[in-house]
Amino acid sequence: MKKIKLPLTDEQISTLKAGDSVLLSGTMITGRDAAHKRLFELIEKGEALPVDIKGETIYYVGPAPAKPGYAVGPAGPTSSYRMDKYAPALLDLGLKGMVGKGARSPEVIEAIVRNHAVYFAAIGGAAALLAKSIKKTEPICYEDLGTESVRRYYVEDFPCIVAVDSEGGNVYETEPKKFNKE
Amino acid sequence: MDYRIIKAETITETVKQLFTDCNYYIGDDILCALKNARENEQSEVGKNVLSQIIENDEIAADEQIPLCQDTGMAVLFVEYGDKVSVDGSFDEAVQEGVRRAYIDAYLRKSVVDDPVFDRLNTKDNTPAIIHTKIVSGDKIKITAGGKGFGSENMSAIKMITPSYGVEGVKDFVLDTVRKAGPNPCPPIVVGVGIGGTFERCAQLAKKATFREINTSNPDPRYAELEQELLEKINLMGFGPAGLGGNTTAIGVNIETSPTHIAGMPVAVNICCHAARHKTAEI
Repeated sequence: MKKIKLPLTDEQISTLKAGDSVLLSGTMITGRDAAHKRLFELIEKGEALPVDIKGETIYYVGPAPAKPGYAVGPAGPTSSYRMDKYAPALLDLGLKGMVGKGARSPEVIEAIVRNHAVYFAAIGGAAALLAKSIKKTEPICYEDLGTESVRRYYVEDFPCIVAVDSEGGNVYETEPKKFNKE
Repeated sequence: MDYRIIKAETITETVKQLFTDCNYYIGDDILCALKNARENEQSEVGKNVLSQIIENDEIAADEQIPLCQDTGMAVLFVEYGDKVSVDGSFDEAVQEGVRRAYIDAYLRKSVVDDPVFDRLNTKDNTPAIIHTKIVSGDKIKITAGGKGFGSENMSAIKMITPSYGVEGVKDFVLDTVRKAGPNPCPPIVVGVGIGGTFERCAQLAKKATFREINTSNPDPRYAELEQELLEKINLMGFGPAGLGGNTTAIGVNIETSPTHIAGMPVAVNICCHAARHKTAEI
């Protein structure tokens, strides 16, 4: 299992291959449907974003509330395809990593390759387990969105799999084929 | 006629308990199916994914926290006895139970008030979707579940016509699962509704996902169809988390209804491995 430090470096991204199991440590930002919509609208208008996404890794998550004594509530990935409309614009602005679940569109994969970025898959529905790797969170913006607000997560050994690598290798294309017996 | 009186507060507290429990404790049928699947999974990655899911579900139960962050939209199937009376508004009592569960049990509030324009969070996960059927008797039976939308979004309905027969049903179910691919958090539970009208068919599909997966349709022909569809889905190769493998589904449940001479509607409601539902009788 490869240990990867966040924020990602270009050299690190080059070593990551689709299918690699990795443990992420460091910081990432969060954002899902509603936050992406707002960021995308600002980009379209040519306005500044309330969060600097250059070099960042974004986790598509909307956690459950934290019980007292917990840093965060259960926090598993949400389906990434809903962010496909917005992701290429964010990648073109310097976003380097995405963490979510499920397949991406050809446009997103092209943008990953074009920008030397990477897409990680975390296990959907493993929210209680994944929350153990999130040590601290703090607000960044869009607090009115509640669970959909943009926050900074401090993670240690957060488990995921390289789903799409910087050369366009894509586990969702290659792996199911190996087991298809139809 | 004598009516049995049930306090609205009893309904509220029962509903609160059902939603709390279903989000903390996965059913034994699911846990058992996940463990069996791990034994039979051919992909090493798939085995590892199943281990993570099982560990996750055990952590949630031990620590009494939601097993998935998407604690769902609240859906209830109610069998309301015709000799029961509630000393207040039944609907309000249920909504208050949902409200208390989602606030007091640290569940995520995932409901927006208006689907297209405002999309403002209602902040207490209400309103719940309540399907009520009047039955004879002096009891109220409630089956409640939180339905996550990663899998809900992958569901579909088709107004198939009778000449397509059982092959038409199979093709539509398999096409819907194939289109869903890795997105609905496999291994999935597939609820299939066949017959009725457009809306009854969809309701049956949801009801099917609320049935234990270690049970079969009482009609042996549909029980056989459930088994055949499960086997065919597991030949697709999506596997746990869609990362490849022979465990794409852990259950296919079919519910049917009489229908019109011109129709054979089929609805497919896909549910993730966190297939959560609990039942109580008052």
